[in-house]
Amino acid sequence: MFETFDALLLARIQFAFTISFHFLFPAITIGLASYLAVLEGLWLKTGKPVYIDLFRYWVKIFAIVFAMGVVSGIVMSYQFGTNWSVFSDKAGPIIGPLMAYEVLTAFFLEAGFLGVMLFGMSRVGKGLHFTATLMVALGTFLSAFWILSVNSWMHTPTGFAINEVGQYVPAGSWLDIIFNPSFPYRLAHTMTAAYLTTAFIVGAVGAWHLLRDHETVAARKMFSMALWMAAIVAPVQIVLGDLHGLNTLEHQPAKVMAMEGHYRSYPDGAPLILFGIPNSVEGRVDYSIEIPNASSLILKHDANAPLAGLETIPEDERPPVGLVFWSFRVMVGLGFLMAALGAFSLWCRWRGTLYTSRLLHRFALVMGPSGLIAVLAGWFTTEVGRQPWTIHGLLRTAESASPLQAPAVAASLVAFIIVYFTVFGAGVVYILKLMAKPPHRGESDMPHIPVRTAGITPASALEPEAQGAGG
Amino acid sequence: MTIDLTIVWALIIAFAVFAYVVMDGFDLGIGILFHSFPVGHERDTAMNSIAPVWDGNETWLVLGGGGLLAAFPLAYAVVLPALYVPLIAMLLALVFRGVAFEFRWRDPAHRQAWDIAFQGGSFVAAFMQGVALGALLQGITVVGRAYAGGWWDWLSPFSVLTGLSVVAGYGLLGACWLILKTEDGLQACAHRYARWLGPVTLGAIGVVSVATLFLETAYFDRWLTWPNILWVAPVPLLVALSSVLFWRSLRRGDEGLPFLLTLFVFFLCFTGLGISMWPYIVPESITIWDAATTRSGQIFMLVGAAITVPLILGYTAWAYWVFRGKVKADGYHS
Repeated sequence: MFETFDALLLARIQFAFTISFHFLFPAITIGLASYLAVLEGLWLKTGKPVYIDLFRYWVKIFAIVFAMGVVSGIVMSYQFGTNWSVFSDKAGPIIGPLMAYEVLTAFFLEAGFLGVMLFGMSRVGKGLHFTATLMVALGTFLSAFWILSVNSWMHTPTGFAINEVGQYVPAGSWLDIIFNPSFPYRLAHTMTAAYLTTAFIVGAVGAWHLLRDHETVAARKMFSMALWMAAIVAPVQIVLGDLHGLNTLEHQPAKVMAMEGHYRSYPDGAPLILFGIPNSVEGRVDYSIEIPNASSLILKHDANAPLAGLETIPEDERPPVGLVFWSFRVMVGLGFLMAALGAFSLWCRWRGTLYTSRLLHRFALVMGPSGLIAVLAGWFTTEVGRQPWTIHGLLRTAESASPLQAPAVAASLVAFIIVYFTVFGAGVVYILKLMAKPPHRGESDMPHIPVRTAGITPASALEPEAQGAGG
Repeated sequence: MTIDLTIVWALIIAFAVFAYVVMDGFDLGIGILFHSFPVGHERDTAMNSIAPVWDGNETWLVLGGGGLLAAFPLAYAVVLPALYVPLIAMLLALVFRGVAFEFRWRDPAHRQAWDIAFQGGSFVAAFMQGVALGALLQGITVVGRAYAGGWWDWLSPFSVLTGLSVVAGYGLLGACWLILKTEDGLQACAHRYARWLGPVTLGAIGVVSVATLFLETAYFDRWLTWPNILWVAPVPLLVALSSVLFWRSLRRGDEGLPFLLTLFVFFLCFTGLGISMWPYIVPESITIWDAATTRSGQIFMLVGAAITVPLILGYTAWAYWVFRGKVKADGYHS
């Protein structure tokens, strides 16, 4: 018994580790692909060289991030089977086809358009190249679409039946499965998060170069674009997050109770606990700072509406409160900081100090990784908040795992940690080196190393004399 | 009459796995031989000959894994835990090898280290794929709907043999690819490798084939009972014929034929594997029909596959066509 518990815990840590690492890369590529499409579109429309310089600057970074996303993604497609085999057997008939669509989409995108986007600028003509860039952006969206549909189904399963061997199988239309109740909210919230993540990275790189020289034209442009995103999209994201939360309250109330730290029920209106230390043993939040009735106001739009607490949930169906409570606060706190930076930038813009305010630049620099942290915190909130289930209300995490012995999982976990930190650590160093150089006039194309990590690049063969500069 | 979509999907998955084996096979093979090429010009050329195509090749692995989950979830759920150690080792090796392609050029100061990562990763990935195949063939313990063995069950003399055989076979594919794609010193070097890896691979095929017959009586019966023997005899006969042709073309100095013949032998081996296993997807315990997903899912996925797979194949063929001809250290020249 103790043995199986250990293997289960290790498997959970391993999955959390590999998927957290993996998600950082698509969180950037989803947003960056769209940003690149916007830059190229603006260049085609206005003909201003600053846009194409920025495009070439960011596409180099995109290439490395995409490559790391691919290799860490291959691992994910096998982990469901190696570590969560019972889940794979039972849920395979539902989630398998959705994931197959993800693979086919990603495959097509990768084989078809990425190579042209990375290397084809001078070889296929502007129109076709822009099409390729748009297709890559569309492909990252479609990838996210299918994966988030799978994930949402695990939170709010619909459209299924249970067959004679205990598998979940489609009951009728696939549309009921794909568009399950939490999917639209999760898709909107996650995509927006990816755009914000990219905006804050771009903003921080711009800020870094403005701090060194506030005349750099391309740095000004990227900084300005990124902070428009922050100013407009960060508040939108707060609204989307609120809508997502209301959807969660409807379908997974226990998760919201853990997020709010509501151990007991509040028949006359629940307080909003800003901070405190959840104490699951005693069933209360210690040292809490509360706003009376505010939680009912937010969640029910009525200050006196009753809200049930975790005491109404059977003990073996409650999520762990501490992690959910804290990761939720990290996410929300960063969300408001992002909106604050956006508002501050509007003020500076109005005052004409957008490119000279060192305070603004330092603030933006510090906020560079905020999107990545917020994205992870958000995933921790929603995934840990679903516990003890893998498929909400149907299949428990403890019943989902592979029949593996603890030493096997422990060994693989250590190997993953060592390899990921070595390999992706090196990748991050290379990215930071690229970011440390300012974008300049006449930014070079992709380095002409005759090597690709992602995407078949036949286009580069059409003009062989362009090869050979690197290597 | 309705078409049995389970068979259709078994063929699609088999195709994806085979596409992976032949396409990633030669570029893993070049990785396996990598350190025997002189540093500098030869090494860069070897890497460049596969640079434009390797990651498209590797995507078939994702399709194989994802496709197995989608079309045969029970097989996926039983086989992957049974092959836990070789599969995780393979995945980690592929991570190393994959990033080495990019990082080698970005970080010349540590090129030596990334070259080691490239060769080591290629070797481990190839070996573990062979081990996984051997472990599957020798049978895995299934109770109910789950794997019921230990985490070292995969390790046996047979699985080590299949692992080394795959390393030799991939090495041969890689050497033949270099004969096709390069010139002068590197080509001569590859030629020497092909001359000894060819016989080694043929010997490995023979030993593995005979050993397989005695793993399960069912394997033996599928091959060596009357009248099955009539239907399956062409497979070993064609292997023998191809080997003779291979040897002659290699001695004659043909550049393309050795690679094509090696691919054909791989295809024959894959066919032989299918004959041994059919209709089981987990040998002797789970058939393809036991493991298949619902008909509704099969139809749903077939729509997507029917659109994308031909496009992918067309694009891949085009990419190889564009990159035809000899390669140099600084990329492709026509």
